[in-house]
Amino acid sequence: MRWDASALRAGLGRGAIAVSGIAGGIALWWAVVTVFDVAPYVVPPPDDVWRSLTGDFSTLLDNLWPTAQEALLGFAIGNVLAVAIAIVFVHSRTIERGLFPVAVFVQTLPLVAVAPVLVLMFGNGMAPKVIIAALMTLFPTLVNAVRGFDAIGPQTLELFRVLSASKADVFWKARTFASLPFLFSSLKIASTSAVIGAIVAEWIGADEGLGYLIINATYNFQTPLLYATMIVASLFALLLFALVGLIERLVVTWEDD
Amino acid sequence: MRARPGSEPAAAGAGAGEASAAAAAAGRPPAIAIDDVAVAFGGRRRAAVTALEGVTLDVGEREFLSVLGPSGSGKSTLLRVIADLIPATAGSVAVLGGTPAAARAARAIGFVFQHAELLPWRSAIDNVRLPLQVGGRRARAAAAGDHADPRALLELVGLGDRADARPRELSGGMRQRVAIARALVTRPRILLMDEPFGALDEITREAMNRELLRIWEETGTTVVFVTHSIAEAVFLSQRIAVLTAAPGRLAGTIDVDLPRERRPEIRDTPAFAEVAARARALLHGGAR
Repeated sequence: MRWDASALRAGLGRGAIAVSGIAGGIALWWAVVTVFDVAPYVVPPPDDVWRSLTGDFSTLLDNLWPTAQEALLGFAIGNVLAVAIAIVFVHSRTIERGLFPVAVFVQTLPLVAVAPVLVLMFGNGMAPKVIIAALMTLFPTLVNAVRGFDAIGPQTLELFRVLSASKADVFWKARTFASLPFLFSSLKIASTSAVIGAIVAEWIGADEGLGYLIINATYNFQTPLLYATMIVASLFALLLFALVGLIERLVVTWEDD
Repeated sequence: MRARPGSEPAAAGAGAGEASAAAAAAGRPPAIAIDDVAVAFGGRRRAAVTALEGVTLDVGEREFLSVLGPSGSGKSTLLRVIADLIPATAGSVAVLGGTPAAARAARAIGFVFQHAELLPWRSAIDNVRLPLQVGGRRARAAAAGDHADPRALLELVGLGDRADARPRELSGGMRQRVAIARALVTRPRILLMDEPFGALDEITREAMNRELLRIWEETGTTVVFVTHSIAEAVFLSQRIAVLTAAPGRLAGTIDVDLPRERRPEIRDTPAFAEVAARARALLHGGAR
């Protein structure tokens, strides 16, 4: 990574463009709500949402915490599991051919259908939310990790063979490194989908969390709070995404920009 | 060349192999002995493709031999049979008096690929160290006992000051130099090179050719160099083995009667042109 003045200027410039984009979006939102006289319980104006964000801040934070725990735990479990399965797949094509369809099947199950089943099985606690978040992250990481572990050329394999290298050598000295760029792009996807998974799981049955808050706010026509909850959820997902991106830049230093 | 009944008439006709004949006369076995080797791919379900057929060739100790041929003549296949990357379907190959597998396990073979095949996450020096870090405990212990100093090797290939550079920061020629240093780190007695300069521009390639000859002089390894460039083969080699395509057969071998020290100007001499013409005649004579 290079932190020189020109890079910093370019970064600030990009930041300014992004900020003005967001500001423009809010302005448009305000204009539409005012001009068309939209009822506040349908679409609240931005200042109502801002008041909810600041006024209900402690409520939002109290409910963010359980969701964050579920999402992070699910993210960790799902990804570790996915990488472990990918390692098995790479070393046994038979197992891959046998289990990959199962993974695809699990992936195609609609989330909103699986969540109630898991609540029935594991109750109203954290477990079903963590499982859903893990399921959301598992598949993208599995697919990318398998591709990444295989992302070494036939000549690299020949090189290791000429050197009489073991399978473990090939794995630890080539496959792991080759997989990292692939792994990080799936971790970025997984970081946001883990949050979505946790929230959707909370809709089915929960007494705390951002998903619980969304359902509650909707039924009570607290539309500004609903919007504020969405913003908090999105900011949290964004934070995770940025964190993964930062770690990627620190770890994967050999890729061409 | 040892007198072998039933060896390729074309090879005999080309007056092949005085270098190894001299070696044999001195009582030294050839570094590589290839005897009537054939390689076929596929089979059973697909129709087998014959890549090599009836190739008999000896490479003397410390010889620089080029294998010259068009695409599809099995040059690379021949190299891979010597390196124990591909098994021979028929015939036998002896490397340093044993099997290719034994020579590979003993780290007696260095291999340079067409593309440098450096690990992009490793610096130049760490790429050179790779052969010392892989293999079973025994191989690593053997390597630890007798290996070249990676840093000295980078100096040898002229990259002493770029030891910490990542491959993407190096030019194509520099990467190939690192690959050569990596191949030499186990002090191999045999260096196999598969069109190592094929992807480089003409100017860089000529510079690399001179470098390679210098390295060959300094290390004293046996070199088998695969190329499809006649000029490159003539400039580098003591002897050229010419293969023809589909299936790959040995059309003959040519002794390069040029002084051992090759200056760039040698390319413009009549003697150089004469050897190139003989190589060309063998290439096209066999392509009927």
